Amino acid sequence: MDADVLRLDASAIDYVIVASYFAVVLGIGYLAKRQVSSSLDFFLSGRSLPAWVTGLAFISANLGAIEIMGMSANGAQYGIATMHYFWVGAVPAMLFLGLVMMPFYYGSKVRSVPEFMRRRFGTGAHLVNAVSFAVAQVLIAGVNLFLLGTIVNVLLGWSLWLSVVAAAAIVLTYTLLGGLSAAIYNEVLQFFVIVAALLPLTLAALHQVGGWQGLKDRVAESPGGAEQLSAWPGSGLSGFDSPVLSAVGIVFGLGFVLSFGYWTTNFVEVQRAMASKSMSAARRTPIIGAFPKLFIPFLVVIPGMVAAVEVSELAAYKANGGEGGGVTYNDALLLLMRDLLPNGLLGLAITGLLASFMAGMAANISSFNTVFSYDIWQTYVKKDRPDGYYLSVGRVMTVVATVGAIGTAFIASNYGNLMDYLQQLFSFFNAPLFATFILGMFWKRMTPTAGWVGLVAGTLSAVTVYVLSEVGVLDLPGQGASFLGAAAAFVVDIAVSVAVSAVTAPKPASELRGFVYSLTPKEDLREDRTGEDAAWYRSTPLLAAIAGVLVVVLNIAFA
Amino acid sequence: MSSTGTSPKEKRVGRAFDVRTLIGALLGVYGVILTVMGLWFTSEREMAKVDGENLNLWTGLGLLAAAALFGLWAWLRPLAVPVDESAPADPAPADPARH
Repeated sequence: MDADVLRLDASAIDYVIVASYFAVVLGIGYLAKRQVSSSLDFFLSGRSLPAWVTGLAFISANLGAIEIMGMSANGAQYGIATMHYFWVGAVPAMLFLGLVMMPFYYGSKVRSVPEFMRRRFGTGAHLVNAVSFAVAQVLIAGVNLFLLGTIVNVLLGWSLWLSVVAAAAIVLTYTLLGGLSAAIYNEVLQFFVIVAALLPLTLAALHQVGGWQGLKDRVAESPGGAEQLSAWPGSGLSGFDSPVLSAVGIVFGLGFVLSFGYWTTNFVEVQRAMASKSMSAARRTPIIGAFPKLFIPFLVVIPGMVAAVEVSELAAYKANGGEGGGVTYNDALLLLMRDLLPNGLLGLAITGLLASFMAGMAANISSFNTVFSYDIWQTYVKKDRPDGYYLSVGRVMTVVATVGAIGTAFIASNYGNLMDYLQQLFSFFNAPLFATFILGMFWKRMTPTAGWVGLVAGTLSAVTVYVLSEVGVLDLPGQGASFLGAAAAFVVDIAVSVAVSAVTAPKPASELRGFVYSLTPKEDLREDRTGEDAAWYRSTPLLAAIAGVLVVVLNIAFA
Repeated sequence: MSSTGTSPKEKRVGRAFDVRTLIGALLGVYGVILTVMGLWFTSEREMAKVDGENLNLWTGLGLLAAAALFGLWAWLRPLAVPVDESAPADPAPADPARH
């Protein structure tokens, strides 16, 4: 990023808006502190939150720097096809999580996704899952922190290290005080602040280019051409020239293998649902989250598309094939803010961006301290201590993780490529998880040995595909290599798990109640539809069906 | 929806932490700031950035409306904390909102 091009002309009133946001964020941490009296309160909000709160937090936890800056950048580069990351690459998996998998997660009363792994498959699979997850969270928290520091540095001119340490201190303070409740309430607040920041920007951007029709005309004339106005077949995004291959790649690669692995097994997301107050609320959490997820792309992708035709530097950059000019696609949103927003609204937009980056980091920290305290410390190091002991461990680990994230941010600033490789490494661990979970939930014969062997084999096959495409043995365009790697991990994991199960001993059926479909009484999985959950609009299948229809309608409308 | 706040098993907690009130308050403060900016402190030069539109004023009014909706929601469906009679010693977790 070029500081001179992007430096925003923030005035005193913009700083007042940013500062009042942080005052409320810290206030929420202080207020949530009164609700923390046990480790379950700290790590899972005492399983007490209503579904609309956990549902919005579910979305906010994912609405970090990569989502907002990255997807507006994709909008500028690829146009409407970027919507696939939301409509195909997220919503179907979220509906599946609520309908099929959440009854097991919530009904079995486990406190984390790795704990589900341990109770279903024993320690082998659990260690692989818990350790890789914990390390990945500190790493990703550091990357979020680094991006945040970079943005503050470029926009406002603060030094990178002052920005990083100040942001870390704020996240640490409220997470330490209020635990997951503070993180979740702040995520809900962040959601509304982000919308309040992006909605006026999107409307102003559309007005500036002459409305929807104006945008269509301008994009059709631009280097991307009219192809960027339709979601399908999305050849620019997938990298496949053949429309059929491209559509298949998007539906199976992005929509099935990559997104199901992420949304259904990532504890950062699932933890929000586990914090809700009933089975019904837990199941509705990802489904309520699916509704904003359907419409957020309009607030991210459209400003990106407008920036690519309206901001002169970015239009020149795109016409030049993505080179030169001191800007990149990642700057799309910032350039648009600079060109369109008056002081005042500018402060609100900066607040929205900071809110989004901090939401991502707090979500990483609050899921890390839970997995570390319950799954690593309590399971393998110090068992059978009183509950207050683990609450203290959680608080100490919150500090350790924040300091670790500052360290990671420091590494990221010096070795950018190393971070890319490490993130790639953790995506390998993520790829086969969905296969192991879904097979383990529906096939009681699957054995503990098959659990960890399948995971390791799946991870290794994803690594193999990655290495083969890096050295040029496999020649796959665009996202093709990561789609294929994830698909290979899925297929190998299933095949190896079935083969290993055939020759090893399964767990006794009595230990699998709540973890395997055929061994769990149906009432354990069913949601209670009495009392306040009786209202028709709180029916999980109905809400999921509405969201499913909306996905289809939006895909057709923007085809 | 149970009869919020009136059932014998629930009591209203006047000063419990309600995230809706906080969100409404913050959006309200932003609404006032932007409306005031829009009415008196936004220059012609800044409005010319977007075709003469007063973005601060429009956004400020929108935020005030959103803040009013949050206030209305919190007022119509006040927070209620279920009182668990079997475990009176357990400090009841404040329920942020009952939807």
